[in-house]
Amino acid sequence: MFSRARPPSKALNSKDRIFPVTTPNAAEPPSLYAAREPIFPRRVYGKFRTLKWWLLALMLGIYYITPWIRWDRGPNLPDQAVLLDLAHRRFFFFMIEIWPHEFYFVAGLLVMAGLGLFLFTSAAGRVWCGYACPQTVWTDLFILVERWIEGDRNARIRLHRQNWNAEKIRKRAVKWTVWFLIAMATGGAWVFYFTDAPTLLVDLFAGQASPVAYLTILILTGTTFAFGGFAREQICIYACPWPRIQAAMMDEDTLTIAYRDWRGEPRGKLHKNEIPAGQGDCIDCMACVNVCPMGIDIRDGQQLACITCGLCIDACNDTMDKIGRPRDLIGYLALTDETAERAGVPPKSVWSHVFRPRTILYTVLWSGVGIGLVVALFLRSPIEVNVTPVRNPTFVTLSDGTIRNAYDVRLRNKQGSDTVFTLSVPFDSGLALELEGLSGPSVTVSANQTLSQRVYLNAAPGTPAATTDRSDIRMWFEERGTTNRVHHDTVFNGKDQ
Amino acid sequence: MCAKKVTQKPTEVKTTGHSWDGIEEYDNPMPRWWVWVFYATIVWGIGYTIAYPAWPLISGATPGLLGASTRADVVAEIQRFDDANGPIKARLVQADMTTVSQDAELMSFAQNAGAAVFRTNCTTCHGSGANGIAGKGYPSLLDDDWLWGGDIENIQTTIAHGIRNTTHPEARWSQMPAFGADGILDRPQIAEVVEYVLMKSGQDHDATLAAAGETVYLDNCAACHMEDGSGDIAQGAPNLFDAIWLYGGSREAVTTSVVNARFGVMPGWNDKLTEDEIRAVALYVHSRGGGQ
Repeated sequence: MFSRARPPSKALNSKDRIFPVTTPNAAEPPSLYAAREPIFPRRVYGKFRTLKWWLLALMLGIYYITPWIRWDRGPNLPDQAVLLDLAHRRFFFFMIEIWPHEFYFVAGLLVMAGLGLFLFTSAAGRVWCGYACPQTVWTDLFILVERWIEGDRNARIRLHRQNWNAEKIRKRAVKWTVWFLIAMATGGAWVFYFTDAPTLLVDLFAGQASPVAYLTILILTGTTFAFGGFAREQICIYACPWPRIQAAMMDEDTLTIAYRDWRGEPRGKLHKNEIPAGQGDCIDCMACVNVCPMGIDIRDGQQLACITCGLCIDACNDTMDKIGRPRDLIGYLALTDETAERAGVPPKSVWSHVFRPRTILYTVLWSGVGIGLVVALFLRSPIEVNVTPVRNPTFVTLSDGTIRNAYDVRLRNKQGSDTVFTLSVPFDSGLALELEGLSGPSVTVSANQTLSQRVYLNAAPGTPAATTDRSDIRMWFEERGTTNRVHHDTVFNGKDQ
Repeated sequence: MCAKKVTQKPTEVKTTGHSWDGIEEYDNPMPRWWVWVFYATIVWGIGYTIAYPAWPLISGATPGLLGASTRADVVAEIQRFDDANGPIKARLVQADMTTVSQDAELMSFAQNAGAAVFRTNCTTCHGSGANGIAGKGYPSLLDDDWLWGGDIENIQTTIAHGIRNTTHPEARWSQMPAFGADGILDRPQIAEVVEYVLMKSGQDHDATLAAAGETVYLDNCAACHMEDGSGDIAQGAPNLFDAIWLYGGSREAVTTSVVNARFGVMPGWNDKLTEDEIRAVALYVHSRGGGQ
């Protein structure tokens, strides 16, 4: 399918797209590098372009606005709805608060993201690349700016070719300035996810923010500016591993963008506004090539560089409408459709492509992980307790023969106020409970903190626990003033007689 | 390069011109920026070997123009932590040891610092869990039985100067007579007093011998170990009637102790550890469950 390791040349007209041939043994050895050939995507109108504008607005909106959403959590906790609080090792997401020991939630979300990509890729090909990838979205935005300032394709080609004069300098300077501002806003928005956004904004302008924040902004500004403005399609072709990986997720039922060559070929120009007899629907108007942000010709077949953004469909449909031919000479198509259509059989519906064992399996896995995470989230106990028996030594004999076991207990107080926990063991165990350094069975854990407390259990000489090698015990933890009560099962090591 | 003539269609990607057994290689060159980055890494690499230690010599390596040294970094880093801990160490040195536990910050520092000091210096004899070695004369520091006192001041003194330590004039010192080896008691008397101690500490014993042993005990042992067997922390005499035995509580072990006496030695640490380290490790040991 991928006919070339390198996309066809993206030059300005079809003649230039033919590779020059040199004599193999020419005196000049072949160059070790190839210069990037600039791409000047033309403006296009149509349903995919409209969809992409809406998606762009939606996703950039989410990215820029999210850190500014407030969410009241009480006096001692941050009021930012989405906050990755690295300093205090907490992740806040609206009503959810994730502690470091619950990092499996994040792992679960990453698994879901991976399975989601598998699902979408196997169903509809590179929809991630074409519609949602930040590289695509920001490149779209940068091309939009470029078009506002320098004009559409032809004007940009002219500007590209002309010598550096006042006009070119002015346009380039304005374009790069706007790009730079967008890039800085992009890098700037990123850091707001990690610290309280309003405070950080003031600090940033006052020069009071941490060097890490400035460095992060600097790096992300640089990468956004370079990737969106200059590298563009090269990121997808040379840098990104995802195009390579997703070939494994696609099969003959996957929807991809294809040119119906059995309808379009042999291509040829219009004569007197008519398609000459024996000629296909493609009038070789180059609209599909001119609008392509990747600079490829979709009529060469499916290829590595195609991100399936759908803009060639819009461009071709526009042409087909003008010359009065049916739409969808280029369209979303699966490989099975191609075979069917060539044979004159109507293709399968979109839904029968999408619902097939592979996608259903991905959906089941994806929802399985999702349901698991939601269930785990709701089953989280309000009291988080961890009891580790001290095994070095397993027990200590006191002078009156009492057997003492020590336990390291970690108590997490996830609330915004100090909480008192009372510890106990069942009375019939015959064990006495002591807290290191404290006189009673209760311990106070400060708001939003984890406390480590050493706990001793003493078994009087001769009691069953003292003389049994291992006995199971249950330690109870009660939160004062509430009905919250959890237990933790552990063992008591006695002196085996 | 092979001089074989290659035919090629005009639209195909050109080849590199090499041909091995008819196998040729397409010339799909790297993008220019990539090649530039590659050259830049070479330049960077050369500069790096000049600026930083790089080329191995017979003893060591070229030092590099910037004078970078990870050893010096470690020294500086240790110094940085020492400086950062300076104030709290000074506080620890000046603190009243009996009230440190009320100062959460200072206590937390002492616990962590003390644990580190303990791991480095004390675990060889007392074990990483501070449980000693039962029956071998290395006392457990977790229980409530203390030879030389389990309050914080006594623990601190013991750590600083050691026990029966000839190099420290201030070290605690005592010497139990070797009742058998030195001929103070004869064999029957030793057997009697051993049975008496076994009886008082709640173990299996011969009642007749034990009854006879009481007199022997009161005449010879009670001076240090006290009539009630509770021992004397002023001279490191252990409690003989409890469940904890430094050298084992069996008939054989107790007999050996009476015949040959015991002489457990602990080094003093005030010439190896700083005052704040001694205080920290004393607080650490005191908080392991047995502190008094």
